[in-house]
Amino acid sequence: MKELRLMKGNEALAEAAIRAGADAYFGYPITPQSEIIEYLMAQNTEERTGMAVLQAESEIAAINMVYGAAGCGKKAITSSSSPGISLKQEGLSYIAGAELPCVVVNITRGGPGLGTIQPSQSDYFQAVKGGGHGDYKLIVLAPATVQETVDYVKLAFDLAFKYRNPVMILSDGIIGQMMEKVELFEQIPRSDKEYDWATLGKKPGKDHVIITSLQLQPEEQEKVNLRLQEKYREVEKNEVRYEAYNTEDAEYMFVAYGSCGRITQKAMEMAREKGYKAGLIRPQTLYPFPVEIINKVAGQVKRILTVEMNTGQMVEDVRLAVGGKIPVDYYGRFGGMIPSPDEILNAFEQKGG
Amino acid sequence: MAENLIKPENLVYDKTKVLTDRVLHYCPGCGHSTTHRMLAEAIDELGIQGETIGIAPVGCSVLAYYYFDVDMTEAAHGRAPAVATGIKRVLPDKYVFTYQGDGDLAAIGTAETIHACNRGENFLIVFINNGIYGMTGGQMAPTTLENMKSTTSPRGRDVKTMGSPLKISELVASLPGTYYVARHSVHTPANARKTKRAFKKALEYQKEKKGTCLIEVVSNCPSNWKMTPIESNKWMEENMFPFYSLGDIKAPK
Repeated sequence: MKELRLMKGNEALAEAAIRAGADAYFGYPITPQSEIIEYLMAQNTEERTGMAVLQAESEIAAINMVYGAAGCGKKAITSSSSPGISLKQEGLSYIAGAELPCVVVNITRGGPGLGTIQPSQSDYFQAVKGGGHGDYKLIVLAPATVQETVDYVKLAFDLAFKYRNPVMILSDGIIGQMMEKVELFEQIPRSDKEYDWATLGKKPGKDHVIITSLQLQPEEQEKVNLRLQEKYREVEKNEVRYEAYNTEDAEYMFVAYGSCGRITQKAMEMAREKGYKAGLIRPQTLYPFPVEIINKVAGQVKRILTVEMNTGQMVEDVRLAVGGKIPVDYYGRFGGMIPSPDEILNAFEQKGG
Repeated sequence: MAENLIKPENLVYDKTKVLTDRVLHYCPGCGHSTTHRMLAEAIDELGIQGETIGIAPVGCSVLAYYYFDVDMTEAAHGRAPAVATGIKRVLPDKYVFTYQGDGDLAAIGTAETIHACNRGENFLIVFINNGIYGMTGGQMAPTTLENMKSTTSPRGRDVKTMGSPLKISELVASLPGTYYVARHSVHTPANARKTKRAFKKALEYQKEKKGTCLIEVVSNCPSNWKMTPIESNKWMEENMFPFYSLGDIKAPK
C-alpha cells in the first residue's frame, strides 16, 4: 500500500532505504543528517526487514563497510554531510574502480573545512567531477523535495545496480531538515539474487571471484579506464533527468538545482508577473548533466542566470553546455546562507533581465 | 607432473587446492609464502573453501587474492577490517578473514583494527609482523624494534622521536570483543604447524560466532633487512622474539 505521511527529509530518506530493500546501512553521526541513522536504529531494521545497520567508527570505515557489503552484491547505503563525504572519497574511488553498486547520500553543509552546519551546495564539484583520485564519475541525483528524496533512494539503487557504479544523492540541510507531505512506495523485499561478480564463496567448477581496483600493467589500467568511459557515455545517453518550466516562450532562463531550484522557481514566477518571459531548467541529475536541453534553450533565450548556494560551480557546466552562444551569469549565496526569491529576482534584473 | 610420478598410496604431502597455481611473487625465504600455505591448508582441512571470503591488504600481500583460491576482495590501505565487517554483516554465516601486514594493520588501519576487535566482529585477522614496510622498500613500521635500522630510521629507531614499537596483539587482547589472540611464526616446520593449528582454531571459533580472532605471525623480511633468509630467521629469533614473544596472548579456557 502506498502511504501518505508528513515526514522530515532525513527520516523519509531512511524510511525509503528500508522500503527499497536495502541490505545494509553504515554511517557515522554528523549534522545535519544524523536523523538518518537514528531513524534506522529506532526502526529496528534487523527485525523489520533484516537490514543491517551499524554505526561505524569513522566515515572512512563506513564507506569501506559499504565496499565490503556491495562486493557481496548487496544493496548498501551510507550517508554523511560535507566534511564526512570528503573522508569517504578514498572509498568511493575504490568502489568506482572495482565497479560495485552503492548509494551515498550527502546532506550538504557550508565549507570549506568544518564550515557551517547550515545548508549549502558547495560540494557540487566534488560530487559531479569524481571527488576522489583517478578518472571516475558518480551518478549524481539532486532532489528538490522530500518526495524526490524518497523516490531517488529507490532510483539510486536501481541505477547503481544497472551500471555497477556508486550513485550519490546530493541533497542539503534544507531538504534533510524540513517536513513535507510524502507518498512512500511499498516495501520492496530484500533480494537474494546471487550476482556472478559478487564474493559469496567460490562455487564448485567456477573461478574464484576477485574484487579489486588494482592493475599492475598500465595497458590493463587503460583498458579499465576505457571501459569506465564507455559506461559513462551510456549513463549520459540514458539517464539525464531534469524539469523544465516555461521553456516554450522563454526569453530568459534560470538554471538551478535542488532546494535552490525551488527558490528560483518562485523567483522565475515573480519575474513572469513583472512581464519577463522567464523559464527554469532544474537538473535532477547533475551527472549526467542535462547538456542537450540547456544547449537547445541557448538557441532561443537571450541570457541564462544560474543560481546556486555556492560561489559558482554548476555555472561552469552550464557555460560548457551553452558553448558561448549567449551570456551565462551566476548568482549565489553561500556559507550556509539561503537566497530569497526577491534577491534572485533583483540579481536577475540587475544583470539585464 | 608430480602426480604421475608418485603413486597415491605413497603420497604423504601435496599442495593444497586452496592455493592457486600462480607463482608467488614473494621474495625467497619470506614468511608470507609459508603463512599463505598454512592458512590455505587450514581452510582446506576444515572443508570451507566454498564458504570463505578473504580480504587482501595494501602491502607485500596486496596480491594475496591471486594465490588463495577463495573469493577475495582487495581493500584500501588499512581498511580490511572495515571491509570484512561489511561482508560479515550481510553474510554472517560465511567465513571471513583479513590478511594484513604491520603497516596496513598497525599504522594506517589502527582505528579499523581496534574497532572491529572491540565490536567482536566474527572474523579472523591474520597479522604479519616483520617490523618493516616491505613493498615500499624498507621504511620504518609501527612495529620496527628500538634501534632497528630502516630507510626512514637510518640511524636506528629512536623511540624518543619516533615512538616505541606497537604490540597490537596485547592491545587488542585487552578488548572484550576478541576471543582468541595468539602470536606465532612460520620459520621452522614445527612453528608453521602451530600457526596452522591456530588458524584452524580461529576459523572454528568463527563458526561458533565467538568474536574476533587475531593471529599475529612474527615474520622476516630478508630483502629489506638486507640478510640472507637464514640470517634473517636467526636475527628474528634473537631480536624479534624477545620483544614479540610467541604463544597464546588470549585464549579461551
